[in-house]
Amino acid sequence: MAAQDDIRTAGTDNMSTDTFIKGLWKENPVFVQVLGMCPVLAVSNTAENALAMGLATTFVLVMSNMLVSSLRNFIPKQVRIASYILIIATFVTIIDYAIQAISVELHKSLGAFISLIVVNCLILSRAEAFASKNGVIASLLDALGMGFGFVIGLFSLGAVREILGNGTFFGMGLFPNGFQSWIVMILPAGGFFTLALWLLLFNIWKEKRKPA
Amino acid sequence: MNEPLSQIFINACLVNNFVLAYFLGICPFLGVSGKMETATRMGGAVTFVMLISSLCAFGIHLLLEAIGAPFLQLISYIVVIAATVQLVEMFIKKMSPALFRSLGIFLPLITTNCAILGLALFQTNKGYHLLESFVYALGAGAGFMLALVLIAGLREQLDFAEVPKVVKGTVLTLVVAGILSLTFMGFAGLGG
Repeated sequence: MAAQDDIRTAGTDNMSTDTFIKGLWKENPVFVQVLGMCPVLAVSNTAENALAMGLATTFVLVMSNMLVSSLRNFIPKQVRIASYILIIATFVTIIDYAIQAISVELHKSLGAFISLIVVNCLILSRAEAFASKNGVIASLLDALGMGFGFVIGLFSLGAVREILGNGTFFGMGLFPNGFQSWIVMILPAGGFFTLALWLLLFNIWKEKRKPA
Repeated sequence: MNEPLSQIFINACLVNNFVLAYFLGICPFLGVSGKMETATRMGGAVTFVMLISSLCAFGIHLLLEAIGAPFLQLISYIVVIAATVQLVEMFIKKMSPALFRSLGIFLPLITTNCAILGLALFQTNKGYHLLESFVYALGAGAGFMLALVLIAGLREQLDFAEVPKVVKGTVLTLVVAGILSLTFMGFAGLGG
């Protein structure tokens, strides 16, 4: 078993940068895989919320990926999904209480969406598609890459929505007093429109690159 | 806070529609909304699971309060939802194999539908009693189905429209969903 593990990690060693990078861009969870959309749309009304949500998700993703990967030879195949969900729910409970301890205000503005990290398809899909088949270190890198990719996606949405909808960035005013803020960007509809815009830009960029 | 039951229903169904105002259940909303028929069935299945898991969540909340272990809330809710979905799956398989085949992969995926866990958490936060929880779940399910059917109808029409290639698919669906969400804002005054 140990030897097998060694071969596996040796095999993935030169690919480790790839494992990390692919989550950031090529397989970005938000723009390419379109996974875990519910929190992306719901808490991206300010840059701060988006960043906090992204980091919380990354924490859960990293921890659950590592635990799933280290237990992958012990979990029976039939009950694996249920076990993954239990592992994820445990870490989500931890981060829920941690955020409450750090900042009650943040906890209030994120609301139930911290608990809802449990059902973020991104985390379960990484556990099933990557962590259950790969070593601990590779899973860690994969989780970090995917997590940061998720943060980038959330943040780019949150920044646009806060700047246009509120005229602020991280609570700082950006525009002179005459600025008429676009209320619609803060409303739920703004979330749909902003995500559509980013996906459109991503698609255009992909189309342009294709012939080359 | 003693809301009348009708108000709870309208609030959950229209004013604070789970999909269009709370962004819960976006994954099936984007994934299963291509065809009217599957959208209706999916809506029905989700509503059913919502009703059962909402009742279970109510019981679990009382139990956890009694033994003083609120930190187990999330874990036990998700286990109950997973078990309910499994039960529903077995039940449908036995009673109506035809419906089982047409729902296919969507049935197990209901477990990771955040609308259901969200419903259980919201009803606990709002402190609804048993009957209120039931009406809340009914409203949320009806709202989910309404949003799903509306977008499926729109998407079936859009299939015939000529749009640039880069816009096709998710982008177009999101724009349509945004417009629908704006429309639902019109209900804002209704629930009070």
